[in-house]
Amino acid sequence: MMSSNTASSSAAVAGSADSAAPRRNSKKPKYSRFTQQELPACKPILTPRWVISAFLLVSVVFIPIGVASLFASRDVVEIVDRYDNDCIPDNTTDKVNYIQTPGDKSCNRSITVPKRMKQPIYVYYQLDNFYQNHRRYVKSRSDAQLRDNSSASDTSSCKPEDTYNGKIIVPCGLIAWSLFNDTYSFSRNSSQLNVNKKDISWKSDREHKFGSDVYPSNFQSNDTVIGGASLNSSIPLSQQEDLIVWMRTAALPTFRKLYGRIEVDLEPNDVISVTLQNNYNTYSFNGKKKLVLSTTSWLGGKNDFLGIAYLTVGGLCFFLALVFTLVYLVKPRRLGDPSYLSWNRNPGGH
Amino acid sequence: MAGGVKKKLHLGRLHPFRCGTKSFQPEHSLIGGPGFSRVVFCNNTESQRVLTYGNNYVTSTKYTLATFFPKSIFEQFRRAANIFFLITAILSFTPVSPSSPVTSVLPLALVIAAAMLKEAMEDLRRKKQDIEVNNRKVKVHRGEGVFDNAKWMNLQVGDIVRVEKDEFFPADLILLSSSYEEAICYVETMNLDGETNLKLKQAVDATSKLHEDSGFQKFRAVIKSEDPNANLYSYIGSLQLEEQQYPLTPQQLLLRESKLRNTDFIYGVVIFTGHDTKVVQNSTAPPSKRSKIERRMDKIVYFLFSILVLTSFMGPIFFGISTREDLENGTMTRWYLRPDDTTIYYDPNRAPVAAILNFLTFIMLYSFLIPIPLYITLEIVKVIQCTFINQDLHMYYEEADKPAKTRTSNLNEELGQVNTILSDKTGTLTCNLMEFIKCSIAGTAYGHGVTEVERALARREGLPSAKEVTNGEGQVENSNKAAIKGFNFFDERITHGKWVNEPHADVIQKFLLLLAICHTAVPEVDEDTGRLSYEAESPDEAAFVITARELGFEFYERTQTSILLHEFHPISGRKVQRSYKLLNILEFSSSRKRMSVVVRNMEGKLLLLCKGADSVMFERLTKNGKEFEEQTQEHINEYANAGLRTLVLAYRELDEEEYNKFNEEFHEAKNSVSADHEELMEKVAEKIEKDLILLGATAVEDKLQNGVPECIDKLAQAGIKIWVLTGDKMETAINIGFACCLLRQGMKQIVISSETPKIKALEKVGDNSSIAVAFRENVLEQILEAKESLTTLRKSSETLALIIDGKSLSCALEDDVKGLFLELALGCASVICCRCSPKQKALVTRLVKIRTGRTTLAIGDGANDVGMLQEADIGIGISGVEGMQAVMLSDIAIAQFRYLERLLLLHGHWCYRRISTMICYFFYKNIAFGFTLFFFEAYASFSGQTAYNDWYMSFYNVIFTSIPVVALGILEQDVSAELCLKFPLLYQEGVQNVLFSWFQFLGWAFNGVLNAILIFFFCSRAMEHPAFRKGGEVAELEILGTVMYTCIVWVVNCQIALSTNYFTLKNHCYIWGSIILWYIFLLAYGAMNPIISITAYKVFIEACAPAPSYWLLTLFVVITSLIPYFTYRSIQLWFFPMYHQMVQWISKDGQSDDPEFCQMVRQRSLRPTTVGYTAHLEATSKRFLEMHEVHL
Repeated sequence: MMSSNTASSSAAVAGSADSAAPRRNSKKPKYSRFTQQELPACKPILTPRWVISAFLLVSVVFIPIGVASLFASRDVVEIVDRYDNDCIPDNTTDKVNYIQTPGDKSCNRSITVPKRMKQPIYVYYQLDNFYQNHRRYVKSRSDAQLRDNSSASDTSSCKPEDTYNGKIIVPCGLIAWSLFNDTYSFSRNSSQLNVNKKDISWKSDREHKFGSDVYPSNFQSNDTVIGGASLNSSIPLSQQEDLIVWMRTAALPTFRKLYGRIEVDLEPNDVISVTLQNNYNTYSFNGKKKLVLSTTSWLGGKNDFLGIAYLTVGGLCFFLALVFTLVYLVKPRRLGDPSYLSWNRNPGGH
Repeated sequence: MAGGVKKKLHLGRLHPFRCGTKSFQPEHSLIGGPGFSRVVFCNNTESQRVLTYGNNYVTSTKYTLATFFPKSIFEQFRRAANIFFLITAILSFTPVSPSSPVTSVLPLALVIAAAMLKEAMEDLRRKKQDIEVNNRKVKVHRGEGVFDNAKWMNLQVGDIVRVEKDEFFPADLILLSSSYEEAICYVETMNLDGETNLKLKQAVDATSKLHEDSGFQKFRAVIKSEDPNANLYSYIGSLQLEEQQYPLTPQQLLLRESKLRNTDFIYGVVIFTGHDTKVVQNSTAPPSKRSKIERRMDKIVYFLFSILVLTSFMGPIFFGISTREDLENGTMTRWYLRPDDTTIYYDPNRAPVAAILNFLTFIMLYSFLIPIPLYITLEIVKVIQCTFINQDLHMYYEEADKPAKTRTSNLNEELGQVNTILSDKTGTLTCNLMEFIKCSIAGTAYGHGVTEVERALARREGLPSAKEVTNGEGQVENSNKAAIKGFNFFDERITHGKWVNEPHADVIQKFLLLLAICHTAVPEVDEDTGRLSYEAESPDEAAFVITARELGFEFYERTQTSILLHEFHPISGRKVQRSYKLLNILEFSSSRKRMSVVVRNMEGKLLLLCKGADSVMFERLTKNGKEFEEQTQEHINEYANAGLRTLVLAYRELDEEEYNKFNEEFHEAKNSVSADHEELMEKVAEKIEKDLILLGATAVEDKLQNGVPECIDKLAQAGIKIWVLTGDKMETAINIGFACCLLRQGMKQIVISSETPKIKALEKVGDNSSIAVAFRENVLEQILEAKESLTTLRKSSETLALIIDGKSLSCALEDDVKGLFLELALGCASVICCRCSPKQKALVTRLVKIRTGRTTLAIGDGANDVGMLQEADIGIGISGVEGMQAVMLSDIAIAQFRYLERLLLLHGHWCYRRISTMICYFFYKNIAFGFTLFFFEAYASFSGQTAYNDWYMSFYNVIFTSIPVVALGILEQDVSAELCLKFPLLYQEGVQNVLFSWFQFLGWAFNGVLNAILIFFFCSRAMEHPAFRKGGEVAELEILGTVMYTCIVWVVNCQIALSTNYFTLKNHCYIWGSIILWYIFLLAYGAMNPIISITAYKVFIEACAPAPSYWLLTLFVVITSLIPYFTYRSIQLWFFPMYHQMVQWISKDGQSDDPEFCQMVRQRSLRPTTVGYTAHLEATSKRFLEMHEVHL
């Protein structure tokens, strides 16, 4: 009689599985928890308690992080000075022409320090609307050439800045060619503020990507199409940190690049005068140029986003937890109640 | 050999109608002409060498070593998606490519390699099988009368082979001689057509004397024959032996794959070898079936493809505009891009061309929307799912040592969506085992046997809701039940010789004698145990002989002319040996519905013993023989209602004169060769089968397989419709319908039959064409009438059952009627089609499949079910007794019908859930990834620059996100096995396809887009221009890319963790492992030479890891991206729960032990269950109540 029942009895068959001693050449499957799909497992269900505590947990974790990040960001003092418009003589109509004509383009700016800035103060330049992430631009470089003197001729990816008059350009490619060439010098109360330009690039770049035996050659020698800065051909690339910084292409069309560090504290209301050489052409593509002085916190520069985002989501989760709790308390439903079944709502829907 | 000594009889005598005269038929004149050109020089290797027909090597592999590579690669690229990826891979070598070729080539190569590896493994398995078959041994004549073993594959046309008992024929042979004097042999063709009965073959007289090996020393003959063809039942050839021509017919043809039975050995000559054999010619590749989910998946792929193209259109437009603006009146705007000196790809002067080329770039870039490893991952997962089915101990049939076997792996999830089951009856619902269970002798009913359904009902009545509980105790039963196969008769009045004390002992004696004599069975003695077993044409007959044996009339030997019995002597009480001279056998035929034998007993008395259907028997009784007619009729009706097969037994004594006259006529009729041969024989038989004296009736249970009623009940509760399509008679079909609760009292039966009085009357007069027309009209009328009653009955709660026979079915399946018919059939709770031809079975299946668009499952075991199995969305073969044909051509083979419950409700449900979740997730993760690429483009002037390192991109699909989804596809269980079976309604989730509706897919796709938005914008905003760490460094492209990629890996892996219902250790390993793997990869790859790692060089260790903002951002983005889904799930679970979630709740709360509550949940059904014994019980109790009310 048992045998006719086995269809529905799991115990019977499982029992026989344990009693080993299978007959010879039997095709009986061997028992294993995996093949019988009986692996031990936890079966999480989103019970009200789970849901509410998950939301609460998130809000408990997120709100303090948000507050901390926001404080960190607020601690940072950042001075941004846009100068691309102001550093052009008022009477110039054709800005592009102005910037492209050689000549002295120095320009003086003065910046007032709003709050005490502890050293190191990072000096950045910021470009807008500059597509360093354009595919043509990003690809236009030769890592081999930058790294190793022996691969100097590896310029296939650098066109059209690969050779000039048949001579190989080092460093080749559009990125290097368009190197940013505005320069800044700072003084406070007519005493020079030193800008430390050492170690502004990633260490790995200096040591492994830009060779110490690779020297610039034929760089920016094409007079007809003027690129950016030229390089001192007696200094190896691994020490040309401005180039190294520039060569790490930015992710977005608005970006900052590290220019250097001022390693003295600046006091509030200090007036800093900046003498800059406005050489770089952003006028043809309506890009902006900004000079940025900023301190950092443990979280980096001045960016409230993370703090606000954490606070918002933390708050949202708290709100959701509250709503779910209210619903759970005000209108408790037996969660196994079949009358809520989706297909009982529209009986005709099959 | 020893067995042969014992069996001296020659069955040839038992087949008087079969051996026709042998003469050249007209078609033999074709020999030598086109299509009949084969010439075989028997035993003459030298002459045959001129005409070689290839050896007997058979291969079923798809590839050879040489062709594997090109052919399997070609196979792979027949898939549209793979072609697309191939094109992108080729394009990736051109400058159009957004990234290095590795991004597109590597994943494609891995995927194709995996698919090819799978192909190779499958082919290797086939190869192994081939080698086994090809190296089987057979004895071949080597000349000089010496036979020696040779491998099958080395056989040549013209070879003489000797095949021993129970061996397979190695090729198509012409029978020359056998161990029997008349050169006959018996052949089992189970592998060919699934029929278990033995077929008789006989050699031509000329060669029949070759009984010795040495006889072939000098034997030379030439056979001219037809060319190889696929027709199993026809053969034309001629044998030339010593200037004499003999015709060859299928009677001499022994086909490969069939087996020699009951014959010690045969000699035969090989005429068709290897691929020329009829079997191989007949083998067609089974139609490849694809599941509905996969078809919908294809649609989704196309949908995504159009999204891909659409988004790819957008980019180039912007790109074209900005490129054109790069040169304004000869001055460069974005001078740093050098628009004045550029390639075609960025040329402002030819911006449209550049845009078009850019379009190609975008196509390649967004190809990440389409998950490349989807197909191969699905295949791998399905293969593993199949092993679960194959390895399921609950579906292993101990008695026959048969586990379930999946033969196609691409239908697993379809098992979870079955709407209609079309089932064969014999061998599927029933065991194809007849058990003698009751009888009525001399107006008294004997036998206490219990049928399967009575048992099931009894069980249910005992404990209405919890079947599980009954398991332990079971039902107290006759302990020796089923000890003897075919015999389930218990009645102390009859057994152990007690019948002699019954009032009509003489009638009982004759009754039993009739059972022992009137049959065509052959006894076989097992040499080891000495037990007798019988080989009979039909299982009922075996049951009769066994019953006679058990009740004291042991039939132990059949000689050519007599039947020997060990008979219980009523007076002495001992067994005595008696012989009955067998004079004539009047065979059973479907039109006669009866069979008789004429015997002379030892006293010299002539007896005609006859058994047959009640409809033909009662009218043949003499006036004196009707003594018990009334009671017997009553008993017969009772038996039929219980689902039993009945036969009426009667006899008469003949006097010599009458017999002689009959015998003469009979022989004349038998030897006549005219066209109405059979009619003549019938007429003669008719003359003598009259004036019979009624003995009684037998009731044989067409035994249902174990657990069939329970299984049907469960399937019905799951909302699956069950149709029975059988070749059997209407009465039997209805019996079985009752037996498995598909029919019950109180159900309105709509019977559409061809045997209405109206049609019968027509048949007597009208000509054929008018009958056909009238017949058609009649069927149509019946259908319309039934439909009308359907609409009226729908208002009341009465349920309908439709029963239709084959002839009417052929009309109902005609094009203009079939819509009506289907509507009617769908309105009925159960549908039973009887007298169905195999073709009709297939047609009905197709009708249901195509017209309703729902998933159909056909289940059957015989060769006649093959059409149906192949036509249905899923074909399930029962690996029972009726041969292997159905199994070989099915998609999944199971040993018992009852395993269907587990196969569908459990494996089907799980596989459906797994596969659909898997596919949705696959699309989700690729949409999430693809859209981050898209958003980045908006900030990169749509130039096609990627945000990620090339290797990140190539590993996204194949490493960081693919393993957890495989684990999900293998391990996921929404509801435990036990609860799956406890709540059959869960199955409706699959039938209604709630987990893979467009709504579901779009939900996932939306989630993907949302995640992409959150990831991209949060990352880019947080990493924007200010420094991202204390050292004042700003985040460049590679850092932003790494941060975003980290977030994606986290989010998609956490997402799968969130959607997993069944968290095993493996899931944990794979999910968290994938995330850890990403960091490991980042470390390892970053540590490589910068020439290899390029932008990823030390990016993690130097830039990201030391920055707190990297980690905080990851945490923030991951949690925030998961919140929408988490919230949705919580709300949905609380307010709009799905059935499986309900069951999850129940099991969580421990309410699954509360039978009342379970019952309540279970009853939340779409429509009331109308068939199965649960419904039966309910209906009965309802009727009972109503009756009470009426009485009150």
